[in-house]
Amino acid sequence: MTVQKTQTNLVKALLYLFLILLAVLCFIPFLLMIINATRTGTEIMKGFSFMPGTALASNWNTVMSFLDLPRGFLNSLFLAVCNTALVSYFSALTAYALAFYKFKGNKMIFTIMLVFMMIPAQLSMLGFYNLCTSLGLINSYLPLILPSIASPATVFFLRQYILSVLPKSILEAPRIDGAGELLIFHKIVLPIMAPGIATMAIGAFVGSWNNYLIPMLLINKQEKFPLPVMVASLSAVRDITTNLGAVYLVIAISVVPIMIAFCFLSRYIISGISAGSVKE
Amino acid sequence: MTQSPAAKQEAKAKKRAPNDVNRFGLLFCIPFVLTFLVFSLYPVLRTFQMSFLSYKGFGKETFIGLDNYARVMKDPLFWDAFVNTLKMWGLNIVLQLGLALLLTIIFNDMKYRMKGLSLFRALFYLPNLIAATSVAFLFKTLLDWQYGTINQLLMKMHVVAAPVDFLNQPMTAQAVVGIVGAWMWFGNSFIMLMAGVQGINHDYFEAATIDGAGRWTIFARITMPLLRPIMLYVAVTSLIGGLQLFDIPYLISGTKGTPGRSLFTAVFYLFDMAFSKNQMGYAAAMAFVLFFIIAIFSAIAFKLMNEKED
Repeated sequence: MTVQKTQTNLVKALLYLFLILLAVLCFIPFLLMIINATRTGTEIMKGFSFMPGTALASNWNTVMSFLDLPRGFLNSLFLAVCNTALVSYFSALTAYALAFYKFKGNKMIFTIMLVFMMIPAQLSMLGFYNLCTSLGLINSYLPLILPSIASPATVFFLRQYILSVLPKSILEAPRIDGAGELLIFHKIVLPIMAPGIATMAIGAFVGSWNNYLIPMLLINKQEKFPLPVMVASLSAVRDITTNLGAVYLVIAISVVPIMIAFCFLSRYIISGISAGSVKE
Repeated sequence: MTQSPAAKQEAKAKKRAPNDVNRFGLLFCIPFVLTFLVFSLYPVLRTFQMSFLSYKGFGKETFIGLDNYARVMKDPLFWDAFVNTLKMWGLNIVLQLGLALLLTIIFNDMKYRMKGLSLFRALFYLPNLIAATSVAFLFKTLLDWQYGTINQLLMKMHVVAAPVDFLNQPMTAQAVVGIVGAWMWFGNSFIMLMAGVQGINHDYFEAATIDGAGRWTIFARITMPLLRPIMLYVAVTSLIGGLQLFDIPYLISGTKGTPGRSLFTAVFYLFDMAFSKNQMGYAAAMAFVLFFIIAIFSAIAFKLMNEKED
């Protein structure tokens, strides 16, 4: 019996070791990044050390002489906040309308939405770019923000969500009291939907923060670059790549805010993914 | 007389409630529908129209019928890029699903009862949140031949005698993209598989245990078959995303697709045609060919999924 027990414990210990190793593998590139961001280029070229260096300030100065990172940070933040607000509000409104009103076209909107969830992005990319150039929207933030109003996947998720959390009878009392439909949506429906909206909002924020392809195509003024485009432009600036510490610092600045946010919000993010897998 | 306005309003609301209220549904959908028409539907239709044109992205548009499509079918560079994409995605999905499945087995084992699921789940998911641009630059820098930290570590641990030039040999460069993809996505697949297991009715497990089924029998006969639809779902969504592989190979190769053309993916080639070579019409045809391929793969996968369920 005791032999069996020690054997079980040994296997258990090995399994934990494997899990920890895998976790380290997920985390170590970020750790290397953060440590290297504090070391000088020559130190990094000589070899690796787990001890942080003292070159953070000078790396920062190097970065700032090539890129206006605070500007990129604010640009990304502005875009992410606008996108998150639009996705949250209009997806909730559309989901509510599709779930609780019977009107002509309801089914059609829903079906077209499902079809477009399956269509890969590169199918619309060329037409979208063409549309923006012909409307003179190069270097404008409008095409990076406005499309968020129509986000089929989010509407789909919220429609399923609202059907499971909002009983139709809740809407009867305020209607009899003569409350307007939009007021009912704002005062009753939105608060009840809040947890579902939060899940989608985090995804929208991260998606916008990380978005690279479309901003790269549409924005060519440096002062309007969001962070990912700024990070990608590193390869074009040859002088900075001789200082690897500065390169690591730029990457760290684009990554760390998301990592901090994740520490607080991981539960919502994971419940969002889980919900996506069992939606049928 | 004093109460009549309120009563009137009430009567009006009651009369209105069942039918009239429904017109607000359409009203509330208007912002979505208008935005959708302009920024989703029109671009797709315009891409479709461009695929029949000889068009630079500006200036003259000439209708040339199916010429662009015929050219795609005969373009060896497109199909090479497509095969590259499949190779990198293939390595990615095998590693990704294998690891996710292994983790699902470990965390559902009734004998060992592993703890710390939520912490590990969060750590495994972390790489998925980081922008592809940052991931690409991070690995490009870490994997550098001369000054990369990974080579320094490998040499310190005596795994390799001389630094390996990972990103300058076609095989290793493609392997790097595949592994980085798996690294980014296995946590996501793991979460989905775990959600799938939690969705399985616990009575099945109990009944099997009472009948004296062992852990492995339960896993092979109950858990696996019931997870099959979710695994296929993960594979299909990963394929749709994987065939669009672009930013990691684009940035890790310094926007050149080197070494050789090994990191040139289908969407990379499309992108290059549209925005560097100014062949919008041809690129649009490529987008639709790629879409048809994805649609066929998805249809086959869904068919397989339904057959297994019956």
